Amino acid sequence: MPYRVHCMVCAGTGCVSNRSLDVREALEREIRKRGLQEEIQVVTTGCNGFCAVGPLMVVQPDGIFYQQLTPKDIPYLVEEHFIKGRPAQKLMYTPPEAPSPIPRMSDIPFFKHQRLIALRNRGLIDPEKIEDYIARDGYQALVKALTRMTPEQIIEEITRSGLRGRGGAGFPTGVKWRKVREASGEPKYIICNGDEGDPGAFMDRSIFESDPHSVIEGMLIGARAIGARHGVVYIRNEYPLALERIQIAIQQAREYGLLGENILDSGLDFDISVTRGAGAFVCGEETALIASVEGRLGDPRARPPYPSEYGLWGKPTCINNVETWANVPPIIMHGADWYSQIGTERSKGTKVFSLVGKVRNTGLVEVPMGITLRELIYDIGGGIPGDKKFKAVQTGGPSGGCIPAGMMDQPIEYVAPDGKREARDYLDLPIDYESLTDVGSMMGSGGLVVMDEDTCMVDVARYFLAFTQDESCGACTPCREGTKLMLDILNRIVEGHGTMDDLRALEEIGWVVKQTSLCGLGKTAPNPVLTTIKYFRDEYVAHIEAHKCPARVCRELNTYRIDPVICVERGHGCGVCRRECPEKAIFGEKNQPHRIDPALCKKCGVCVDVCHFNAVIVE
Amino acid sequence: MPKLKIEDLARIRDQARRSTLLREGAGRVKIIVHLGTCGIAAGGRNIMAAVLRELEERNLEDVLVSTSGCAGLCSREPMMTVEVLGQAPVKYVDLTEGKVREIFAEHIVGGRIAERYALAVGSERAM
Repeated sequence: MPYRVHCMVCAGTGCVSNRSLDVREALEREIRKRGLQEEIQVVTTGCNGFCAVGPLMVVQPDGIFYQQLTPKDIPYLVEEHFIKGRPAQKLMYTPPEAPSPIPRMSDIPFFKHQRLIALRNRGLIDPEKIEDYIARDGYQALVKALTRMTPEQIIEEITRSGLRGRGGAGFPTGVKWRKVREASGEPKYIICNGDEGDPGAFMDRSIFESDPHSVIEGMLIGARAIGARHGVVYIRNEYPLALERIQIAIQQAREYGLLGENILDSGLDFDISVTRGAGAFVCGEETALIASVEGRLGDPRARPPYPSEYGLWGKPTCINNVETWANVPPIIMHGADWYSQIGTERSKGTKVFSLVGKVRNTGLVEVPMGITLRELIYDIGGGIPGDKKFKAVQTGGPSGGCIPAGMMDQPIEYVAPDGKREARDYLDLPIDYESLTDVGSMMGSGGLVVMDEDTCMVDVARYFLAFTQDESCGACTPCREGTKLMLDILNRIVEGHGTMDDLRALEEIGWVVKQTSLCGLGKTAPNPVLTTIKYFRDEYVAHIEAHKCPARVCRELNTYRIDPVICVERGHGCGVCRRECPEKAIFGEKNQPHRIDPALCKKCGVCVDVCHFNAVIVE
Repeated sequence: MPKLKIEDLARIRDQARRSTLLREGAGRVKIIVHLGTCGIAAGGRNIMAAVLRELEERNLEDVLVSTSGCAGLCSREPMMTVEVLGQAPVKYVDLTEGKVREIFAEHIVGGRIAERYALAVGSERAM
């Protein structure tokens, strides 16, 4: 019998961490118990994107969206929805301002504003079943590329589509393919760069997890276009689920003859091997990645020669990011004209962003290029939780920069597509490769970290620099020594020992590192520091001159005191802080106001965390 | 597994799509079986089973099946609503498995409303 209902249970890493597999098991058990196993199918999908409210499930064909499920909810859900036919309202999603739950996924603002191309199959297929991918026209673009297009036509189509590298730099994909095709030297190689290392970014992981065959099909089309026989998927070992799914997908494609020799009787020979990365951030840089695939230390080298001429094993190599490959089949299927009408003048198509930080709807979103930060953060992201003020957004990961919230008195000049110039708020900046670079940040691979008024920008800069400093491979002096010096200065500033000379030095070293480093890691590592100095200089000055952290994040600079009135009237001198203080710096009796001895206080902040009455004041 | 040819790929797609089309929420016909307490008590579950059996036997790919609660006319249960894309929904009442078979033949496949079992064409006005 055919199934009447499909339960699409999300099994992306986010939902799995929140025990979605237990939910799935409970669901399967309950469905059997109720004798519905012939009518209702449970499907495990990749990341749905709305990670903030996981574990989640979409019930098709009606598209009912259930969220924050636990195994305990399942008997009720099955009884109400599948037996009585009443979708269970209390398990649905209610946006903060909405009066009632929104039953259908397509009506939820988080999903409504998205346009899926790279993630076209997410939540609709079981990523471990090649048949599910084929059912959604999978491998049909390959058929078209093999039977109705010459390699030149494929490259022309990709070039005209305007697709640019989604790994961050935004190099035109078609141009790269042509270079590799025309380069002398055989064999030629194709690499899929899945070494996604930015803190808080999970675009590539999600594509591997929800639709691995789209990457394989993209690589096959690339192989036909440039004339490669062998491909490598480079994926970090910290992504066990993504690794498992791409391996399963490759195996299935081989069994079906979609990888191997004489694919679909076309004469194309192509196979893919998987190389696991050990988690070094620098291996996302293409020359370091190639060194790592070859079994050497993941050190970058100077370019040129670029990998398109001298890549893997010294041969011409086409290296593209996961998301770029996933975009290839739809472009071949629907044509360059279709693709290039989406996006802005210079950046075509869509981009996947991981939306994280101080935003209500954290998750993975795919939106057309040219969308504004305001739409991303407020319409899709649902704004800032807890009525806090939006302060800045960090794009491009540790290599990117911070863009401040609406500085209405300092609008930027925006040149509209028709050439008209107007002043715009930063938040209304249409996002594309160029506009982000213009404000000192970058697209990067697509990480978006939202920050609110409780975020200290100096601390943020220090966090990202600590990351890049740690990941610096040490091959070139500016990056190795420069990031270390910068981090030392930042540590001094957040501890209250910085000077104004330090701030000047920080900027100067930053520019030197940016201009003289060997590879992209060093060239971009100072960005978070330089942009925060540019837009939030007053915060640096407050740390240095007033020894104050305006966001009260840098604990060394805070002073702690207990409000005697709150302590007695609300807390009756409960003494929790006194008992928990590791330095025994708090004194007081029951029903009496407690007091912190500043001479003994080590500013650890435990008293703030344990006080139930908010009596501890941080200044 | 023998190696695929291009025709095989299309065959697999058509076969697999039969089961996955449902996820896209697109179909020519939508059948809603009313499964409120009254519907279940009157035998709605058997009607649901009959609907699914018909779908299988007739190998219909473009028909979605959904459920809903009580439609407010408990005395005429079991009920189902048949909604052909672009046409007003039709409510069928006092159903039996035999009637379901006839409705499939005449309305869902044949395109003619089985008027003798239909309560009404169209729905109540909401709001």
